[in-house]
Amino acid sequence: MAALDLWPRGAGAQQPAQSAVLTGTEFDLAIGETAVNYTGNWRPAVTVNGSLPAPTLRWREGTTVSLAVRNALPPGSLHGDSTSIHWHGILLPASMDGVPGVSFSGIRRGEAYRYRFTVKQAGTYWYHGHSGFQEQAGLYGALIIDPAEPEPFAYDRDYVVQLSDWTDLDPAALFARLKKMSGYDNYHQPTVRDFIRDVERNGFKATARDRAMWGAMRMSPSDLSDVNANTYTYLMNGTTALGNWTGLFRPGEKLRLRIINSSAMTYFDVRIPGLKMTVVAADGQYVHPVTVDELRVAVAETFDVIVEPSGQDAFTIFAQDSARTGYVRGTLATRAGMSAPVPPLDPRPILTMADMGMAHSGHEMDMEMEAMPNHAASEQHNPLVDNQALMPGSRLDDPGNGLGGNGRQALSYSMLHSLFEDPDGRDPSREVELHLTGHMEKFAWSFNGIKFSGAENLRLNYGERLRIVLVNDTMMAHPVHLHGMWSDVEDDHGAFQLRKHTVDMPPGSRRGYRVRADALGSWAYHCHLLYHMAAGMMREVQVVES
Amino acid sequence: MSRAGVLLAALLVTADATAAEQIDHSTMDHSSLDHAAESSAIVTPIPQLTDADRAAAHEHHGGHETFDNAVNDYLLFDRFEYFHGEGEDGLAWEANGWLGTDINRLWLRSDGARVEGTTESADIELFYGRSISAWWEVLGGVRRDFKPGDARTWAAIGLQGLAPQRFEIAATAYARSGGHTAARLEAGYRLLFTNRLMLQPLLDAWLYGKDDAARGTGSGLSTLEAGLRLRYEFTRRFAPYVGIELERAFGDTATLRRADGLDVTGKRVVLGLRTWY
Repeated sequence: MAALDLWPRGAGAQQPAQSAVLTGTEFDLAIGETAVNYTGNWRPAVTVNGSLPAPTLRWREGTTVSLAVRNALPPGSLHGDSTSIHWHGILLPASMDGVPGVSFSGIRRGEAYRYRFTVKQAGTYWYHGHSGFQEQAGLYGALIIDPAEPEPFAYDRDYVVQLSDWTDLDPAALFARLKKMSGYDNYHQPTVRDFIRDVERNGFKATARDRAMWGAMRMSPSDLSDVNANTYTYLMNGTTALGNWTGLFRPGEKLRLRIINSSAMTYFDVRIPGLKMTVVAADGQYVHPVTVDELRVAVAETFDVIVEPSGQDAFTIFAQDSARTGYVRGTLATRAGMSAPVPPLDPRPILTMADMGMAHSGHEMDMEMEAMPNHAASEQHNPLVDNQALMPGSRLDDPGNGLGGNGRQALSYSMLHSLFEDPDGRDPSREVELHLTGHMEKFAWSFNGIKFSGAENLRLNYGERLRIVLVNDTMMAHPVHLHGMWSDVEDDHGAFQLRKHTVDMPPGSRRGYRVRADALGSWAYHCHLLYHMAAGMMREVQVVES
Repeated sequence: MSRAGVLLAALLVTADATAAEQIDHSTMDHSSLDHAAESSAIVTPIPQLTDADRAAAHEHHGGHETFDNAVNDYLLFDRFEYFHGEGEDGLAWEANGWLGTDINRLWLRSDGARVEGTTESADIELFYGRSISAWWEVLGGVRRDFKPGDARTWAAIGLQGLAPQRFEIAATAYARSGGHTAARLEAGYRLLFTNRLMLQPLLDAWLYGKDDAARGTGSGLSTLEAGLRLRYEFTRRFAPYVGIELERAFGDTATLRRADGLDVTGKRVVLGLRTWY
């Protein structure tokens, strides 16, 4: 077993190497096990060609790429003996999508699978394993597709900023732990002291009413994420905060940062103190440039931002988890070995009425009628559904719980508009409403209260344009990813707004998106929080000839 | 076009978009819906399917692996403690655990005490449990009392779950040959002083249908135990605690105890470890 020492020892930490960049149309990728050390312990990671993250692949729009992926996992690997690679957000034939059991049969130890398809798009994407929990163990890499046409923005240098969450635990053991005790990592539950403080601040009656409400739901207002820095070590380009991944610049240069969230479970809030970020693409697709101080990156989303560092020799890229339990940072600097001040974690938010699905409680009645959800019969009296949104709103203008209101301009979906008109042009001919459901204590997750193993496939007719409406009945955010086809997010008036491959669904939200069913075959459709998918928040979508 | 030109064009487009957005927001009517209806002709035609497309699509691979019905397990030693009471010291335990899926579980519950090297009381309960709502599951199974006295086997049914305000509740009814019946009600809570230092009040009440002199239990409310344990979770799995436990016998049980020269009330100081796997 090869070893990759990523643990910075003392102050003289080594400048870590960037993952290799492989370019061209022919690629040989070997998936194996490599010992890594992020915490002081050596642990077996799943790597590609020995590297974590996997090598950055650089394709060109319009070319046909051929990728031989070989399973070199050692016998007896705790990560299993079958593997796969899924090209996240890429339009391709169903048999090339890399989802075992849906698009192909997986790649067994010692065998290889040849992926071959024509690249029909450009931008920043990523790829990852879709077998077992290998994605948690390091099987992810960046995908850059250079466009056939010039891009509508300019830059001098180009860096991948790939964020992820690492655990020394066997990921299967972490999943089992979530099943035993889902609140294991929540060390910020309200205490007696918080009660006294709230009584002083809000009075006894209001405080007691608040506690009684949460108590009636058997939920915790501090339940912001299932797994946090109590378990995870956060990584930027495969490097810890101590390792301080560094991207170099010359003053006056424009940098394009390709921010990719390759976490299994962690939402990151990213900012660069002292610099504005101009978002030019979301999920690989151009958007009207919008300049912000900060943005939340849901799991599996990518954002391309342009920054123009000047006036300082070093800037910190600060990525804190949305639960405010930890961070990873890197540095943009004029020389290697520099660093800039690292800000403290922001104050920890608590869940709000909007997170409970009561976004419209203060609005006019006609607004409420519009948002009234239709809960499926399968949700009623279902032991695996612990909450239902009463009046969910789109929350498109909400940058995320804990963002905004602090003087920093934070990105929200309402600020993102594709740089192009609706490429399909048709209105949806039908609507499918699906509810994101779950049970926090049991750590059971589903659509409409039905877990993947018990669910019918979702059938789409080849060529149709339909609207999927998602309602998040849970108090967790879910990044929902449909393979093989775009998810064209609609604005609050039902018009095309933003092309995405992964749609973030904040707690208690209701969002609609258009899908053009132009990809024949079977496709995975799931929450991209790895353990939510494993626990059942998944469907198979079949696009069939009518 | 030069780079600067491209940028300029992008900026102009942005300015347009921003203006359009402002108009949208200020009017707030549903005119954009009408607008969408006007432009519903297809812009990008759907590609004609080829045999290659069909070949790539129409293979079945058995479905994606899922863990959503995986069998998991949990074993909690809620109390594993040394106790010091009036005139007697010993060890006591209370464990419970499950094996199963989200809905169907096998439950194991056990408690007992050892005093001066001999087992004073011990029982094991084995149940099938099924979730009937988000917070409650019904249980059915057997209970075996090994001590005190001769071993006894009970049939049992019960209900357990998380009541509003997060009270942990278990109610169980028992029956055995000879027309003996019993009921047990347990309630627990967790009060956080900090996220590591927490107080655990416990209540445990036993009721019996009729007297069983050999075991020293009388009909009606028999015993009530109330415990208060203060634990510190060094980790979730390693939580030492100190506490007190009060016990009182009622009715016929109290009469039987008095007849045997035993105390009707008891007080214990406990020192233990709460752990789970």
